[in-house]
Amino acid sequence: MAKKFELNEIEVWDGNMAAAQALRQADVDIVAAYPITPSTPIVQNYSKFLADGYVDGEFIMVESEHSAMSGCVAASAAGVRAATATSSQGFALMVEVLYQASGMRLPIVLTVVNRALAAPLNVNGDHSDMYLGRDAGWINLCSYNPQEAYDLTLMAFRIGEDLRVRLPVMVHQDGFLCSHTAQNVRPLQDEEAREFVGEFKAVNSMLDVSDPVTHGVQTEEDWHFEHKARQHHDMMSSFDVIREVFGEFKERTGREYDLVYTYKMDDADVAIVALGTTVESARVAADQMREKGVKAGVVSFRVLRPFPFNEIVDALGDVKAIAAMDRSAPGGTFGMLFNELGAALMAKGKRPILLNYIYGLGGRDTTINMLREVYEQLNECAQAGEAKYPLQQFIGLRGPKLSFY
Amino acid sequence: MLEIRWHSRAGQGAVTGAKGLADVVANTGKYVQAFAFYGSAKRGAAMTAYNRVDDQPILNHEKFMRPDYVLVIDPGLTYTADITANEKEGTKYIITTHLSKEELIKSQPKLEGKEVYVVDCMRISLDTIGRAIPNTPMLGALMKVSGMFDLEYFQNAMKKVLSKFPQKIIDANMAAIERAYNEVK
Repeated sequence: MAKKFELNEIEVWDGNMAAAQALRQADVDIVAAYPITPSTPIVQNYSKFLADGYVDGEFIMVESEHSAMSGCVAASAAGVRAATATSSQGFALMVEVLYQASGMRLPIVLTVVNRALAAPLNVNGDHSDMYLGRDAGWINLCSYNPQEAYDLTLMAFRIGEDLRVRLPVMVHQDGFLCSHTAQNVRPLQDEEAREFVGEFKAVNSMLDVSDPVTHGVQTEEDWHFEHKARQHHDMMSSFDVIREVFGEFKERTGREYDLVYTYKMDDADVAIVALGTTVESARVAADQMREKGVKAGVVSFRVLRPFPFNEIVDALGDVKAIAAMDRSAPGGTFGMLFNELGAALMAKGKRPILLNYIYGLGGRDTTINMLREVYEQLNECAQAGEAKYPLQQFIGLRGPKLSFY
Repeated sequence: MLEIRWHSRAGQGAVTGAKGLADVVANTGKYVQAFAFYGSAKRGAAMTAYNRVDDQPILNHEKFMRPDYVLVIDPGLTYTADITANEKEGTKYIITTHLSKEELIKSQPKLEGKEVYVVDCMRISLDTIGRAIPNTPMLGALMKVSGMFDLEYFQNAMKKVLSKFPQKIIDANMAAIERAYNEVK
């Protein structure tokens, strides 16, 4: 039996410690890991908890991230709770196995500390890795600070393991800006957290010798399509489970989560849509703009996959101008948020002015002044009733301005 | 919002110092943030660490800061790092040096006219802890200059933060904090 970890009502944890503590409290049976900056401390802390007797489980050091996720796939298929952490290049190497995990319907939890992808090599935060994996069939939960990284990691187990879902779940947090930034965190006590997460329920366990099953079989045109359709159907149906889990978590902690995050949107004329720590910085900028009389709001995705199509359009309501802020190199098109928001708004008959801002790549500082400038531009567009700026701009970039369309 | 920037060399304990301060302050019911710029810094490379303290939850995640306090825990960085970057009116400097305040300002004229305090955290940590770990003495000096907490309260709070260390190390850190508190000028 694992020892009880003494926790204060308020701890000062960075996002990595917050995620590691959540993995410890969730009684993960197998963590197979290959550490990589900036997510290293998650598995490092976890292995220390294990060595010190605070977890009943096993930590498997493997030789690559491909093997780390493969180890989690094997453990989960065998019938136990499995989790790991990664970032950037490690995430990229995992991608093949991410699709295996979701296709095999294994409720693995992956804590992703978002970091830029090489080349050029860069250890700092942007959302390139999150964007790379967004279509891998995993539920994607997004945190903006260490408290949320902790809360969502605990909830990830409940959501993915629910018998109506059985899908793997990623919990994202910003590299360094969240992972290495210590802030106030109110943890649950161990017994409360364990009670909330509950026992792992094995489904089609490979190690159940009384009922032998095969995992990872081949299907050609006879069954592949039906399998993928069912996988998508269950992902789309997971909204109800996600809401239920968020609701139960609120009852226990008072902390409220929803599919879509909004700040001062009731009367907003202009809105920033972003992910990660920028969501909170944008709140600071929105408050400053409101002092100047600009009705500014903030919208974000708490759940990026499944995509909360109705909720995101409802949240943006009737705002006049929207900034879709993408922290990932767009690779020859608009950013993901611009494309997905644009499609959702158009399909629902909304025609606000929509601008795409590429920002913060490789950890470039996202300042309050920069966010205020975005609101200033939106406000100008909203008042003119037309886009007064290029549809895609790179902001915070040195050298000549870069924009398209 | 109170904002603090640390100038340090990687390995001198600025991150630990910033997190220790955050721990102590969080226990008083305030909200805190402690972070650092890493890059691929090797031990000995110049680096900066940061604290924010507020009565409200801290939402600002920009790295940019106009600090209320600049804490320099390596003597050489007064000359090689941009310690006055993004200063504002009233920014206070607490600088590790063996020089007197007058000698320091003469040797680094850009400190002229600023609110400067000096304390020899290197000497203090060598005398008390036995190693050049100038972070805890700097916190002692900060308590004196800022009046954030009185000495006894802060020492008791730091004992909790350091509780995983052997008693000998805790005692040495307490002595370092007290000396810096009394010696900062």
